Amino acid sequence: MIRFIRAFHNGVLEKELDQIPIKMRPKDGVSSRCCIYHDRAVIKYHLMNLLGVSCNEETDEAKLLAEYYREKAERQSASQAPASSDSEGNPCQHPLSVCEAACSECPGSRVVVTGNCRGCFSRPCMYACPQKAISVVDQKSTIDEDLCIKCGKCISACPFHAIVKTTVPCEEACPTSAIHKDDQGHTTIDYSKCIACGNCLAKCPFSAIMEKSQVLDVLLALKAGEKLVAVIAPSAAAQLPGTIEQLFTAVSRLGFYDVMEVALGAEETSRHEAAEFKERMAKGEKLMTTSCCSAYVEMVRKLLPSFLPHVSSTPSPMMFTAEIARREIPDCKVVFIGPCVAKRIEAQRKGVDFVLNFEELGAMLAGQGIDVISCEPWKLTRPAIPSARNYCRSCGVTKAVLEEAGDLPEGFQLDAKFIDGIDHKTLAMLKLYEAGKLPANFLEVMSCPGGCVNGPCSLRK
Amino acid sequence: MKKVTVEICCGTACYLLGSAKLLTLEEQLPEEWKEFVQIKALPCLNLCESAKLGAAPFVRLNQTEIMPEATMEKVLARIGKLVNRDDD
Ligand code: FES
Repeated sequence: MIRFIRAFHNGVLEKELDQIPIKMRPKDGVSSRCCIYHDRAVIKYHLMNLLGVSCNEETDEAKLLAEYYREKAERQSASQAPASSDSEGNPCQHPLSVCEAACSECPGSRVVVTGNCRGCFSRPCMYACPQKAISVVDQKSTIDEDLCIKCGKCISACPFHAIVKTTVPCEEACPTSAIHKDDQGHTTIDYSKCIACGNCLAKCPFSAIMEKSQVLDVLLALKAGEKLVAVIAPSAAAQLPGTIEQLFTAVSRLGFYDVMEVALGAEETSRHEAAEFKERMAKGEKLMTTSCCSAYVEMVRKLLPSFLPHVSSTPSPMMFTAEIARREIPDCKVVFIGPCVAKRIEAQRKGVDFVLNFEELGAMLAGQGIDVISCEPWKLTRPAIPSARNYCRSCGVTKAVLEEAGDLPEGFQLDAKFIDGIDHKTLAMLKLYEAGKLPANFLEVMSCPGGCVNGPCSLRK
Repeated sequence: MKKVTVEICCGTACYLLGSAKLLTLEEQLPEEWKEFVQIKALPCLNLCESAKLGAAPFVRLNQTEIMPEATMEKVLARIGKLVNRDDD
C-alpha cells in the first residue's frame, strides 16, 4: 500500500500500477502461497480494491489496473458523484467482497475422527451421539456424514480428544451467517444478511476477504485541491506512533484543510441520547438502545426491522461531527478515519463523503514520508471531554449518557445492559427482548468485543 | 558482558510494519542482559525511502549496524551475540 501511495505522489502510479505485483514478488524471490504467480494474482486484487473496485465489480479479468485507475481519475475530474445511494444492496457497492483467487477453499465444517482414536471398548462417542452416526470400522470410530448433525457431543465424550471439529474461520466469525461456502468450496457473502461487522475480514487467515478502499478517491480529491476535513475517531489513540495531537498535525500535513475529533460529535450524541431517553421513558416506553455502532444498526435494519423503533434515533458521533465540520467550513468534504467497516455503509447511506481506516491513513503518512513522532503537537481549539473520547470502549457510551442525563425524574432509573460484541447469539437475544423479556431499559450494543478500539481494521491486536 | 545500544525506528513506515511490537523489547530481555542494553526509540532513520538496505522495520545496533525487517527474535538473537562478544 505504501508503494502504491508513493507512486501516486511521484505521478507514476498509472504507469507502474500493473508492475507492482511483479516487483513485490520477483522471479527469484520467496512466495507466501504456492508460487509467486498466485501471489501476484492476489496482489492484483488487493490493488484493485485499493483503487476502489471490489472483487464483485470485476467484469473483465484481462482489464489492466491502469485502466481502472484512468476511469477513476476521469470520473474525479468530471467530479461526478461516485455512486447514488439507491444502489443499496448492490454487491458492487458493498465494502466487502471475497477474492476467489486468495480464498483457500477451506474444507467445509465437519466433525472428524483423527488418528488419536484408540478404538476403545466402552465407545463413549457412540453412546453420546444422538443421531447414531458413529460406528466402529476396523477398530476405529467412523462418522457417517449423512447422519451427523455436528452437535459436537462425541467431541466432549472422547477421553482421548480424538474427535475434532474442523471449522471455516469466516463462517465461524460471521455473527449473522451471511458468509458461507457452497458445495464447490466457493465462498460467497449474502449481502442481504451482511452487516459489515468486518469479522470475516479480520479472521480469514488467507486475507481473502477484501475491503473496497477510498484511498485513491481521497488522494485524488486532495490533489485537486478540494477542501477535505478529516474527522478522526477516538480509537485512533495508540494506533499510530506519537500522541494523538501529533497525529492530527501529521494528518493536516497530508493536505487536509482541517482535522477534527469525532469525540466532539460524541458529546452531541450523548446529550441528545440522554434527552431522548428521558423523553421515551416519560412516554412509557420500556427500552431504548444505542445507535452509534453502525454494524448493530445495520443488523437491526436487515435482520430484525421490527426492533428498529427501540433504536435511538440520535445520529452517531460521526454524523454529528460531519455536521459540525459542514457548519464551520461550508464547502468541505468530510473524511471519516476509523477502524470500522460498517461505517462505510453508514457513510454511504447518510452522506459522509469518504471513509478511511487506520491502515490506509498510516500508509498515506508513510507514503509521503511524514514522520508522526517528529510532528509538533496540534493545538486543539476545543478538546473533547474525556467521556466522549471514551466512546470507543465498551460501556463508554452508557457512561457518557449517564453523565449527561443528570437527574432523572422521580421513580426513574437508567438501568443499563451491554452487548459487548455481536455474535451468533445476539440476534436471538434481541428477539427475546422484543418479546418483552427485558433485562434493562437502556441497552448499549457494540459489534466488536471491547468496543471500536478492537475494530476489524484496527492495527494493534 | 559488553554494552549494546538498540535504536528502534518509530517512524511511520517502520511503526506500521512492526516496530510497534518491538517497543516491548525491554520486557523481553533476559534479566542478566538488562543493565547492558540501552533501548531508544527514534524518529524515521531515513532508510525506508530507498530499498537499498532492505525493508522496514529497521533497528540500529551500536550506532552503526542496521538490521532491516527486524523482528523480536532477530533482535534478541543479535543482542545476545553482541553482549557476549569478546573482541577488544
Ligand atoms: S520509518 Fe523507519 S526508516 Fe523511515
